[in-house]
Amino acid sequence: MSRAALLVLADGRFPAGGHAHSGGAEPAVTAGHIKDAATLETFCRGRLHTAGLVAAGLAAAAAAGLDPLLLDDAADARTPVPALRQVARRLGRQMMRAARATWPGPELDALAAARPRGAHQPVVLGLAARSAGLTPLDAAYAVAYENISGPATAVVRLLSLDPFDATAVLARLTGDLEQVAAQGAEAADRAATEGLDALPAASAPLLDIAAEAHAAWPVRLFAS
Amino acid sequence: MHLDHQDGFPERHTYSAAGPVRPDGTRRALRIGLGGPVGTGKTATVAALCRQLRDELSIAVVTNDIYTREDAEFLRREAVLPTERIVAVETGACPHTAIRDDISANLEAVEDLEDTVGPLDLVLVESGGDNLTATFSKGLVDAQIFVIDTAGGDDIPRKGGPGVTTADLLVINKTDLAPYVGVDLEGMARDAKAQRGDLPVAFTALKQPGGVAPVAEWVKAQLADWTAAQA
Amino acid sequence: MTRTLPRTDTPQAPALPAGGLRATARITARADAGGTTRLPVLDGGGPFALRHIQSHADQARVCLIGAMHAPLGGDRLRIEATAEAGTSLRVTAAAATVALPGRTGDPATYDVHLTVGEGARLAWLPEPLISAEGSDLRMTTTIDLAPTARLVFREEQILGRSGERTGALRSRLTIRQHGRTLLDQETAYGPGAPGWDSAAVLGGHRAIGQYLVAGPEFDDKPAEVRLLGAAAGGDADRGQGVLAPLGGPMALATAVAPDGLALRRLLDEAAAG
Repeated sequence: MSRAALLVLADGRFPAGGHAHSGGAEPAVTAGHIKDAATLETFCRGRLHTAGLVAAGLAAAAAAGLDPLLLDDAADARTPVPALRQVARRLGRQMMRAARATWPGPELDALAAARPRGAHQPVVLGLAARSAGLTPLDAAYAVAYENISGPATAVVRLLSLDPFDATAVLARLTGDLEQVAAQGAEAADRAATEGLDALPAASAPLLDIAAEAHAAWPVRLFAS
Repeated sequence: MHLDHQDGFPERHTYSAAGPVRPDGTRRALRIGLGGPVGTGKTATVAALCRQLRDELSIAVVTNDIYTREDAEFLRREAVLPTERIVAVETGACPHTAIRDDISANLEAVEDLEDTVGPLDLVLVESGGDNLTATFSKGLVDAQIFVIDTAGGDDIPRKGGPGVTTADLLVINKTDLAPYVGVDLEGMARDAKAQRGDLPVAFTALKQPGGVAPVAEWVKAQLADWTAAQA
Repeated sequence: MTRTLPRTDTPQAPALPAGGLRATARITARADAGGTTRLPVLDGGGPFALRHIQSHADQARVCLIGAMHAPLGGDRLRIEATAEAGTSLRVTAAAATVALPGRTGDPATYDVHLTVGEGARLAWLPEPLISAEGSDLRMTTTIDLAPTARLVFREEQILGRSGERTGALRSRLTIRQHGRTLLDQETAYGPGAPGWDSAAVLGGHRAIGQYLVAGPEFDDKPAEVRLLGAAAGGDADRGQGVLAPLGGPMALATAVAPDGLALRRLLDEAAAG
């Protein structure tokens, strides 16, 4: 298959529901932690090396053909708050819908049947990448990029941040992105022989706390 | 959308609106989208349709707000339907994206409603007040209503735009205000005809008793076509 | 809450080639014929001294003394505590543990392995771990729970003694029940951990803690989400946290605070239910 499928999968317009989520940027903006391009970059770097790394490992492992149901359990164990577990499953279900339309395959069908309420999004994305003929590293790239492009896009809307500045932030994070994608793929490789404990489990306390606080807001722009 | 109207409901080409039948073999609900600018009466139209039709049809509503859940909360407060039949989709400040470019969350919401509250005849999908170019994806709805009002000025139909020109039904609301805002209703009708050809236009005054009747009749006709086509 | 404590040499500790200590302390709680919890194994080692303090009702109580002398860079320390079926064990510590730099620059490791059997109760309530400037500690905590086990577990990490920067602190907490991993969390703070002080991770806070309660009662009634401190609208200088149900029969409170005192208040607030 073709590496070009990665462009389709990683495109911000891939219709899998990401546009309604800020990846924790909305509460960080409200708390005054993100106020410009520099603070957006710091936030995204922290997110990328924690939640992004975990997602990269899961996606790479799913793309490598590890059991997606076990990976889904591993994702639950790495997501200590219900707000984020719910968001991951909802987005996973939306990703599943898009993936089955774009790269249909029996493995996607099987996971959809086994997890009708949705599996964790990185697992579904990894399986979609597999169905598209992409490599585990490709899947790790896609999920890690999405992990920071979502907040960057959200902050453009939330702060009316100059979109050129927001895109420049993403460009400055490409080195970190490569590092995280490689780490995720390497961990997935080890997980194939050592078990799923080899997958990254990096946690971000403030993302977890803020996600639950945000879920309780009566009025908000983003779903998470 | 013109074709939709003439042919009933042609086969969808996106996976997402995969045919008229649910996995269990039953016919899925007819989905009608309601869009239009802010403040023209979309939510009021939804509320009035629910009140008018809820005794004869099994109805549910999906709202797409700019701010979370506002329209859904309004509909729940007004008790137009039981709470579990009203679901809000969060749109990340972009309702037009959620109804057109990335419809995945709306499709989830519609299917969840059919799963949780049982067989439905009709799902109304309301867009948050956006702009004149906002239209629903054919992957999401079977037909769409575009709601404008006289208070927005009588040049809206003449200006056109995808909502005005292609919606399966154009609703021009607040006709009761026309004399006060200096609007020429006949001129609006002429302009709408010029833009829309044979596509129907309904003039409403929702504040008045039975004001939603023309829209309700149109919805019932759509539903009759849908049911006949899938029988 | 942060203290500086001198290192004292412990004669029973064998030296590693790299100059670090290798030591394992073991605690085993076992029920006797009458159902009373006994402590057939209570082995200190290296920097660890264990004291059986007066038992309370049916609960055996152990205090960890002297853990504050380590770990130094290069040390390999391990504690294993097992509450066998039907026992009740409570482990506390006399003072905070301070991770200090070693002579070689090698990282220290500190592994805690807790096992709780059927119907057993374990309360693991040590004092904070303080990461001193220049130190490098890799910590793991692995907890194996039987399906009807009950656990109360607290972990507090303080980044730097007062007025200094933090050392490098990596920590992984894994909780398994019936062989299934229900929580797997790794934290990485300080030098070499990209983004650790960002608004996504710690946002300037220097004290991080977790408080975990597990028990079969959560099978019937999962914990409800509860926001703590500033997350619930309190003052920012109190820190913030959340108590939330995990995938299995347990609830976890996660909190971050400016200092250890504020952190303990948040965790106590979580524990108070």
